[in-house]
Amino acid sequence: MSTKKEIWIYAEQENGKLAGVSLELLSEGQKLAEKSGYTLCALLPSADGKPMHQELFNYGAKKIYNIEDPKLNTYQNDYFAKVVDTLLKSEEPEIVLYGASTIGRSIAPTVAVMGWAGLTADCTELDYDTERNILLQTRPAFGGNIMATIICPDHRPQMATVRSNVFKKEKLGENETGEIINVTVDLSGVKERMKRVETVEEEANMVDLKGADFIVSGGRGIGGPENFDKIEALAGVLGGAVGASRATVDAEWISHHHQVGQTGKTVCPLIYVACGISGAIQHLAGMQSSEMIIAINKDADAPIFDVADFGLVGDLHAIVPELTKQIAALKA
Amino acid sequence: MNIVVCIKQVPDSDKVTIDRETNRLNRAGVPSIINPFDENALEMALQLKDKNGGKVTVISMGPPQADEALRTALSLGADEAILVSDRKFGGADTWATSYTLTLALKKIEEPIDLILFGKQAIDGDTAQVGPGVAHFFGVPMVTYAKECELTDEGFRVKQVTDQGYNIWDIEKPAALTVVKEANELRMPNLRKKLAAKKAVIPTWGYDDLNPEDEKIGLAGSPTKVNKVFAPPIKLNKEILTGEPAEMVKELISKLREKKII
Repeated sequence: MSTKKEIWIYAEQENGKLAGVSLELLSEGQKLAEKSGYTLCALLPSADGKPMHQELFNYGAKKIYNIEDPKLNTYQNDYFAKVVDTLLKSEEPEIVLYGASTIGRSIAPTVAVMGWAGLTADCTELDYDTERNILLQTRPAFGGNIMATIICPDHRPQMATVRSNVFKKEKLGENETGEIINVTVDLSGVKERMKRVETVEEEANMVDLKGADFIVSGGRGIGGPENFDKIEALAGVLGGAVGASRATVDAEWISHHHQVGQTGKTVCPLIYVACGISGAIQHLAGMQSSEMIIAINKDADAPIFDVADFGLVGDLHAIVPELTKQIAALKA
Repeated sequence: MNIVVCIKQVPDSDKVTIDRETNRLNRAGVPSIINPFDENALEMALQLKDKNGGKVTVISMGPPQADEALRTALSLGADEAILVSDRKFGGADTWATSYTLTLALKKIEEPIDLILFGKQAIDGDTAQVGPGVAHFFGVPMVTYAKECELTDEGFRVKQVTDQGYNIWDIEKPAALTVVKEANELRMPNLRKKLAAKKAVIPTWGYDDLNPEDEKIGLAGSPTKVNKVFAPPIKLNKEILTGEPAEMVKELISKLREKKII
C-alpha cells in the first residue's frame, strides 16, 4: 500500500457554514498527525470554499483540498459521494475522519463501499499505533455494554465517523496558514436522482444539549412527567439544559430532543447531573465523557454511580429542590 | 409496488453484559429480537402497502435462527420472506454484508421500487449497511426517514436532521433508512400468525448468490476487531449519604473547593 501520508478531515458544510464536529475532528486529527508524522488536511466540497479556509487553518489543517461547484452548496448524497470518492482515489490518503452527523453518516458509508475501504462508526477514542502503523478505532458496541477497538489492516483509507462533542475543539490561533489545493470534479455526468425540496430548522430541536455547560437529566426514577419541573428548576438556576433518559422519552414524559445516550445525543458538559437515572449503559455511552458527573439516586447500587464523581444516595424529590435552593442562594 | 425490508435479528442489547475479568460477552439467555429500528422500517412498508397496494418482502442475512425474525415479520403482514444464510458469509463486517445482501436483492425477480432499512442495528450501531446496499444496488438513498409518500415519479421523504428536517423528492427505485419516530409497529394478526408458522421460507446461500470469494465473510471485511473490553469505571468518586440538606451542603462545599461553582 503506497498511500499519501495524510490524515483527512471531511469538512462538513452547508450554505458555507462549517459543522462544529469538523473542527473538533481537526483538533483530534492534530494529535494523530503528531503521533504518526502525517499531514493533517481538510477536504472541503462546497459552492464557495474561500470564506471557510481561515477557520480550517486556525483549527489545525495544514492543507485544504478545495472543491467548488454550485451543486455543492447543500448536501446531496450523489454529488458529494462523487466528489469524495474521486479525491480518495486520486490522492489516496491514509486516514479519513467524518462527523457522525446525518450528513457524515450518509457520505462515509457510501464512499467506503465505493472504494472497498474500512469504516468504523461512532468512535469515542482514536489512537495511532506507531509499531503497526495503523489507526486504532475504539467504539462502544451492544448499546455500550462493551468497548471494541477496530482496526483496518489491509484496506485504505482507514475511515471512521465520530459523534459531535466526543472531542474538544481547540483553536491554534487566528492567522494560521496552510496550503490550498484547488481540485475540479466534473459533476455533469452525475444524474440528479434526488432533489431537496425544503429544509426546516425546528425550535424543538434547538434544545441546546450539545453546547450546554450544565445539563440536568431526569430518568424513570423521577416518577412521572410532572416531576420534570424539579429538573427544569435546577437546570434553570445553573443556566443549563434539561436532558432525559431513553426510558422517560419512550414513556412520552418528555420529547426525544432531550434524550441523551447511544440512540440520543452525546454530550460533554462541565457538569452533568443525573437524577433518578439508573445508568443503563446506553445512557452512559452518551454522557460519560462529561467533565464532572453528579448522580442522585436512591439505589446505592445503581450503575450510574460507577461513572459518577459525586454520588448522592437518597430521595431525589428532596435532594433536587434542596440543591436548587442552595445554588440559588449562592448566586443571590 | 414492490417493497423489500431488510431486517436483522439482534440480541436484546440492553441485556448483554461483559465479564470484567475475561472480557467475554455474556450472551447466554439473552433473547433475540427483531432490531427495533427495522420494526419501524417494516411498519412503514406495511403502511405504504395498505395505502397503495403492492407487496412487502422481508429479507434477513444471518444464522439459520434468523428465520424466527422473518416469521414474526410475516405474522405482522409481510407477504414473503427470504433468509440469506451460509457459513461462508459469517464474520462479515458492514462492507461484506452490504455486498452479500445486494446480491440477494438482485436475485429477487420482481423489480423493486423501494428498499427499507432501520436507521441502524442496536448491536453494532453502525448505520452503514443501508447506505452500502443503496450504492451497490445502484439506487439513491435518504437516511433518517420519518415519513414517505408515493408520488408520480418516486417518493417524497421527510428526513430528520440534527437541526430539524429536510424534504426530498427521490426517484424510484430508492432506498431509505427509517427512524424510530416514524411510526409504531402494529400487533400481529392471529390468522397471519398461524400462516407464518407454516410458511416456507427459502434460504439463499453461497451457491444461490454466486459471490466473489474475496468479497464475502471475513475475507471481504476491511475492518477487524482488534480487542474488546469492559467500559472503564471511575475510581476517584465520593458517595454521600444522609439528610438531603446536609448532603447538598457537603456537595456544594466540595464543588467550591474545586472552584467549579
